[in-house]
Amino acid sequence: MIAVKELPKKFGEFGGQFVPETLMNALIELEREFIEAREDNDFQQNYKYYVKEYSGRPTPLYYAENLTNKLGGGKIYLKREDLNHTGAHKINNVIGQVLLARKMGKKRIIAETGAGQHGVATATICAMFDLHCEVYMGQEDMERQALNVFKMEMLGAKVNPVTSGTGTLKDATNEAIRDWVAKVEDTFYVIGSVVGPHPYPTMVRDFQRIIGDEVKEQILQKEGRLPDYLVACVGGGSNAMGLFYPFIDNKEIKIYGVEAAGLGVDTNKHAATITKGSMGVIHGMMTYLLQDDNGQIMPVHSISAGLDYPGIGPEHAYYHKIGRVQYQGVTDKEAVEAFQYLTRLEGIIPALESSHAIAYLMKLAVNTRKEDIIIVNLSGRGDKDIHTIRKVLGGQGNEE
Amino acid sequence: MKSRITKRFELLQAKQEKALITYITAGDPDLNTTQQLVLEMEKAGADIIELGIPYSDPLADGPVIQRASQRALAGGANIDTIFQLVESIRRDTEIPLVFLVYFNCVFKYGLERFLNKCHRKGIDGLVIPDLPLEERSELQNMMQQYAIDLIPLVAPTSEERIKKIVANASGFVYCVSSMGVTGKRNSFDVDLAGFVDKVKKHTNIPAALGFGISTPETVEKLKNQCDGLIVGSAIIEKIEEGLKDNTITENVCSFVKKLDEAKNIA
Repeated sequence: MIAVKELPKKFGEFGGQFVPETLMNALIELEREFIEAREDNDFQQNYKYYVKEYSGRPTPLYYAENLTNKLGGGKIYLKREDLNHTGAHKINNVIGQVLLARKMGKKRIIAETGAGQHGVATATICAMFDLHCEVYMGQEDMERQALNVFKMEMLGAKVNPVTSGTGTLKDATNEAIRDWVAKVEDTFYVIGSVVGPHPYPTMVRDFQRIIGDEVKEQILQKEGRLPDYLVACVGGGSNAMGLFYPFIDNKEIKIYGVEAAGLGVDTNKHAATITKGSMGVIHGMMTYLLQDDNGQIMPVHSISAGLDYPGIGPEHAYYHKIGRVQYQGVTDKEAVEAFQYLTRLEGIIPALESSHAIAYLMKLAVNTRKEDIIIVNLSGRGDKDIHTIRKVLGGQGNEE
Repeated sequence: MKSRITKRFELLQAKQEKALITYITAGDPDLNTTQQLVLEMEKAGADIIELGIPYSDPLADGPVIQRASQRALAGGANIDTIFQLVESIRRDTEIPLVFLVYFNCVFKYGLERFLNKCHRKGIDGLVIPDLPLEERSELQNMMQQYAIDLIPLVAPTSEERIKKIVANASGFVYCVSSMGVTGKRNSFDVDLAGFVDKVKKHTNIPAALGFGISTPETVEKLKNQCDGLIVGSAIIEKIEEGLKDNTITENVCSFVKKLDEAKNIA
């Protein structure tokens, strides 16, 4: 077999490498190592070993019978990414990237995090492999997600508060890039989503596609056929891309990405990048983003810190542009309702991010036929969000 | 047609002098101050002035220039008001003016529209820190008809990329003198003479060093290794020091004078 020398840098007009020159050789080296790893049987076996033995894959594809009966439409299956070690799909990608860092001999790992899930996953894998780990996190997010900060510190990571800009995920990402520019020679930057300069969107997709690959096998086993609908939430979009990608060429399957509509897409407090954004450059990629007329990136809002991002992965931007995936908004309020709904009906507490997917499912399912099959990616569990939910619902023990 | 930048370098080279390139963020803290600073810095010895277009997410910049950006944005500066400023500055001076601008601002404004305005208002060059070789061809092709220099950045890590980066370059080459973002350095971990030599092997246009150059002493030390020296964050700090008691122009100018003297020490 002839080895691939280079991967496509763009998805249509999206993606690319809009970064300082200082990083360019590092990206070229990363791409080369990644291409090698892709075709290296030992690397792939190693990746499969850790996602299985350490993180617990394959995750179940659970037939949500109560939810199905209640909504009265097609059969609903939940892909249980929440059952991964550290509680979300994030670890799939971190295992892949850290194995790559080890292959490249990099000893210092950095990451950005919003809600803290990617940070915790990175700190976890670095603890296991005994690597120095620093996580950039917005000051505001550190306050909102104090428990995850503590977890990362317990795991031996250093959490660097980011006060620049709006003090949230986009600024943490800027700061991680700035760190990488300064220390590019010994540092590996583990990006947490299908965002950033090439090859990150492709690489993260490849480490997350195990979600969709498993789903394909599982649904064929259970139903003897492929699904009719796929639903997943989209911030940067890694859990969605992981589920969607293996089905992209199955044109008969309808695919829905669910964005955070915050307080509503007609307010200025949302993170509905596709619905309301326009083309531009953020974090080294050409994509859709929320910006003003002068190209200044706008503050975003979502009740879920994991969807609180003004951009979106370039491959999603491309699937939107060609009409392959439909992107829909779900508000904070709808997400909170879906959170409670799933918790009560199935005894599964979803992350607020995943609750957005459930909320859209609730609208979608009623319009489907009983013989249809719908698969929703339950990307993470809701333990980290209990505090937020308690505040919203004004429950007892609310200390704020 | 030769740009103001090229002409200025030719003039300096005839006198065997180096170029002092000073950076300020347009609109920090307001556009009137910027106008005054440009004119006064020229008198104090600046040869070329870089004007930063303030941006919400300047990922090649350290904390000092980030703060300048935020002050400028808070003060209401935007691309259109900055073009008006340039027009107004051009009535009083022929000093070469370079925009330091992040690509998203150019893209959102419209490439053609942006270049056209730069040309008409009197901007001579563009430094776009997040537009590497791989992404620049569309803009570069458009620029040829406007006689504006696209000033390429070369980093200590560029190595075999240098040749391609400086091919077809005009104005000057911006040699990034240290790893990381803009801002003060206590020392340089890069062999700068060797670095500039590598660049010079592939181009005849001037090479200027920037990133981390913050004192007259550094300017004096580095001046023989390049054709120009770029100072940014250290000037912004002089602006910050003058914010409270309204001594911005004095602070900046006495500092630029010292830089100019350091550059001219035989």
